[in-house]
Amino acid sequence: MVAGLSRGDRQVALAISILVALCGLALAAIGRGDPIGTHGFVILLYALGVSFFVIAGYYGPEPDSSRLSRYYDDPTKVGIVLAMAWAVFGLAFGVWVAALLAWPDLTFNAAWASFGRIRPVHTTSVIFGFGGNALIATSFHVLQRTTRARLPDQISPWFVLLGYNLFCVIAVSGYFIGITQSKEYAEPEWYADIWLVIVWVVYFLIYIRTLQRRKEPHIYVANWYYMAFILVVAVLHIVNNLAVPVSLGHAKSYSLFSGVQDAMTQWWYGHNAVAFFLTAGFLGMMYYYLPKRAGRPIFSYRLSIISFWGITFMYMWAGSHHLHYTALPQWVQTLGMTFSIVLLVPSWASAGNALATLNGAWHKVRDDATLRFMMVAAVFYGLSTFEGSFMAIRAVNSLSHYTDWTIGHVHAGALGWVAMISFGSIYALVPWMWKRERMYSPRLIEWHFWLALAGTVVYVFAMWNSGIIQGLMWRTYNESGTLAYSFVDSLVAMHPYYIARAFGGLLFLIGAILGSYNIWMTIRQPGTALAAKAGEADEPHLATQPALQAGE
Amino acid sequence: MPSFHRKLERSAIGFVLAIVGVSAIGGFVEIAPLFTIHETVEKAPDMRVYTPLELAGRNIYLREGCYACHSQMIRTLRDEVERYGPYSLAVESQYDHPMLWGSKRTGPDLARIGGKYSDMWQTAHLRNPRDVVPESVMPRYGWLEETTLRTDDLGDHLLAMSRVGVPYTQAMIDNAPADAYGQAAPDTAFATGVGERYGAATNIRAFDGDPSRLTEMDALVAYLQILGKLTDAASTEATLPPTEAPNTEAPKEVPKAEATKADGSPAVARGG
Repeated sequence: MVAGLSRGDRQVALAISILVALCGLALAAIGRGDPIGTHGFVILLYALGVSFFVIAGYYGPEPDSSRLSRYYDDPTKVGIVLAMAWAVFGLAFGVWVAALLAWPDLTFNAAWASFGRIRPVHTTSVIFGFGGNALIATSFHVLQRTTRARLPDQISPWFVLLGYNLFCVIAVSGYFIGITQSKEYAEPEWYADIWLVIVWVVYFLIYIRTLQRRKEPHIYVANWYYMAFILVVAVLHIVNNLAVPVSLGHAKSYSLFSGVQDAMTQWWYGHNAVAFFLTAGFLGMMYYYLPKRAGRPIFSYRLSIISFWGITFMYMWAGSHHLHYTALPQWVQTLGMTFSIVLLVPSWASAGNALATLNGAWHKVRDDATLRFMMVAAVFYGLSTFEGSFMAIRAVNSLSHYTDWTIGHVHAGALGWVAMISFGSIYALVPWMWKRERMYSPRLIEWHFWLALAGTVVYVFAMWNSGIIQGLMWRTYNESGTLAYSFVDSLVAMHPYYIARAFGGLLFLIGAILGSYNIWMTIRQPGTALAAKAGEADEPHLATQPALQAGE
Repeated sequence: MPSFHRKLERSAIGFVLAIVGVSAIGGFVEIAPLFTIHETVEKAPDMRVYTPLELAGRNIYLREGCYACHSQMIRTLRDEVERYGPYSLAVESQYDHPMLWGSKRTGPDLARIGGKYSDMWQTAHLRNPRDVVPESVMPRYGWLEETTLRTDDLGDHLLAMSRVGVPYTQAMIDNAPADAYGQAAPDTAFATGVGERYGAATNIRAFDGDPSRLTEMDALVAYLQILGKLTDAASTEATLPPTEAPNTEAPKEVPKAEATKADGSPAVARGG
C-alpha cells in the first residue's frame, strides 16, 4: 500500500491521519459522559492504526515514476478484501438476527445483542460495508479501464476507501452502544453523516477528474451508472439527514422534519437508496463485467440509454409507495404507485439487455460459475423489480405491507441481485488484479454459486409464505363478523418459516466464507511470470492499446 | 435521440448536470408541496407536546430500535381499525422528530397502545415478554429497570426540539430535569409543576412501581402510555378536513380505543 506512494504522498497521508486522530481526540474530550465520547476513541484508534501503517512504510524505497504509466489498482485490491470481510461479518449477523426471531433468548440478556440493536448492524454491514466497498473497488477499476486514464492522484482514492470504512465502523459500533437516529438505512448520527459527506465529495471529484482526463471520446455506460450512484446518493443522504444535534457533545440529534413530511422524506431516501446505491451502482458493475467475462459486446446501446434515463427519472417518484393507506395525502401515494409500475420498463430493459448480451455465450454460462453468478443476478434483478412494481399497487400493498413479504422482496434483490453480481464481478476481478491465471479453486466457486442460489431460494420462499400468511391472517374475519385471529396467532404461525429463513441465510453465509477463503488463497498463490502475462492479457481494452504516458 | 446522446456522452460536466436535473424532478414534485399545502396536516387544538420524561422514553424506544418490529401507523383499512383503533392522522405525529411509522410488524402496531394496559403489565412485559405473552419473540429489557435515567441534559433536548419547530416554552426547557423527576414521583413538590406545564391530563405516577428511583423503565413506560393520547382528533371525525375524507374502506363509525378494549376478546388481552 504505502510502497506505491512517493515520500511527499506519505507525508500528506500521515498529516491527514493525524488530523483525523486529533478530531477523534477532541470528540472524546467534548463528549465525556455521552456515547459520542466512545466514538471519539473509536475514531482516534482507527486513525492511529492508519498512521501506524504509513509510518511503518515511511522509510521504504520510493516507487519509480513508471508507476504513473500504469493503472492505480492498490485501492481496488484493498477494497475487494474489505468488501469480503464486511460480507462475512454482515451475513453472520444476519443469521443471528434471523435466529432471534425463532429463539428470542439468544441475546444472552445483553443489551447490545437485542434484536433492535443488531438488526441495523446487519443491514449497515451488508449494504454499506459489503455493497459500498464492492462499489468503490469496482468503480475505481472500471473507471480507469473505460477511460484509459489513471486515477488523478495517489492519496485521494485511499482517503475515499479508508474514510468510507471509518464511516461504516462508526455506524456499526454505534448501534451496539445505542447510537442511532432510527431512520431505516440512515441510522448513523449527525457527525458520521457529516464525515460521509466529506468522503463522498472527494469520491465525486476523483470520478469527474478522471473522466476529464479520459482518452476515450465517449463516457462508457458503466460510468453513467456509477456517476448517478455517486450524485444521487449524495443528494438523498444530505436531505434526509438534516438534523439539529442536542449539543456538540451529544451523539443524539433531532431530525429537521417531523411526522408526515419526515415519512415522505425518509422513504424518498429509503427507496432511492435501493435505486441508486443498490441498483445503479451495481448496474454499473454489470455493464462492465458481464460483457467482459462473456466476451460479447452489450446487446443494445439504445436499450442502455432508455433504461439509464428511465431509472434516473422514474425511481425518484416511487418512494411514496411505502406509505399507502397512511396519513400521507392520497395524491402522493397515487403518484408513487403509478411511477413504480412504469418503472418496470427501464428495469426490464436493463435486465433484458444483460441477458441478450449472453446470446452466443450460453456455453460459457454453463461452464463458468463466475459468469453464471452474473447471469443469475440479472435474472433476480428482473424478478425483484417486477415484484417491486407489483407490490407498489395499492391493493397488493394493503396485504403485503408490514409483513415478511417485504423482507422477502428485499432479500430477493439483496441476495439474488446485489450480492451475486458482486461475487461474480469480484471473481472476475481478483485474477486480473493480482495477476493470476485463474482463481485458486474453480470448484469452490461452483460450491459458492450453488450455496448462494439455494440460500436465496430457501430464504425468499420462506418469506413469501410467511408474509402472505401473516397478511391474510390479520384480515380474516370469522362468521360472526369479528377478526378471526389475534396478532399472536399470526406470530406463532411464522415460527417454522423463521427457522427456514435462518437456514437459508446460513447457506448463503457458508458460501461467502468459501468465497473469502478462495480469494485469500488466490492472493497467496505465487504469481509466475507466465501467469502475470496471462493476467495482463485479460486486462480489458488495455492489452492492444499503447501504454499510458507518465503523469497522465 | 442517439445522435443527441452521443454528444451528451462526450461531456462529463454535461452528463453530471443532466443526471442531477432529471433525478431532481420527482422528489421535488412529491415532497415540496407537503411543506406548503395546509391540508397536509389537520388542525388539532388539543394536541400536546411530549413531557421531558416521555421524550426521554421515546429516545430509549429509538435507541433500542423498537421501530424495527413495531409500526406506529394504523392504516385506513377495516381490519386495522378494528384491531388497533381509529386510523392514524398526520397531526398525531406532528411533534415526532423523526416519525416512527415503521415498515414492519413483527409485533403489533403501537400507535394506540397508551392506556390499553396497566403500568404493571408494561413493566412485566418489558422485563420478560414471555412472562405475560408466552409466544412472544421480543427481547427482554429487564436491565432498563436497573439503569438510572439521565436527566441533567433534558433541557438541551427540549431546546433542540424547539429549534426544529416543537413549541416548548422557556419554562418547559428550564424545568426539564425537575419535570422528568416529578412526573414519576407523584408525592413530591416537583409533580405539580408537570401538571401546570403539560396539562391536567398528564400521567403522573411511579411508572415502574418504585417512586424512589427514576429509571429508564419509568421513561419508556411513560412514553408507551401516552401513545395515541396526545390528541383526541382521531376519534372525532369532525376535525378531518373535507379533502381528507376517510377512505371508503374504513368503517363510517370509527370505534374509539375504549370500545376496542371493552370487547374483551382474548385477542386484545394477548397483545391485540
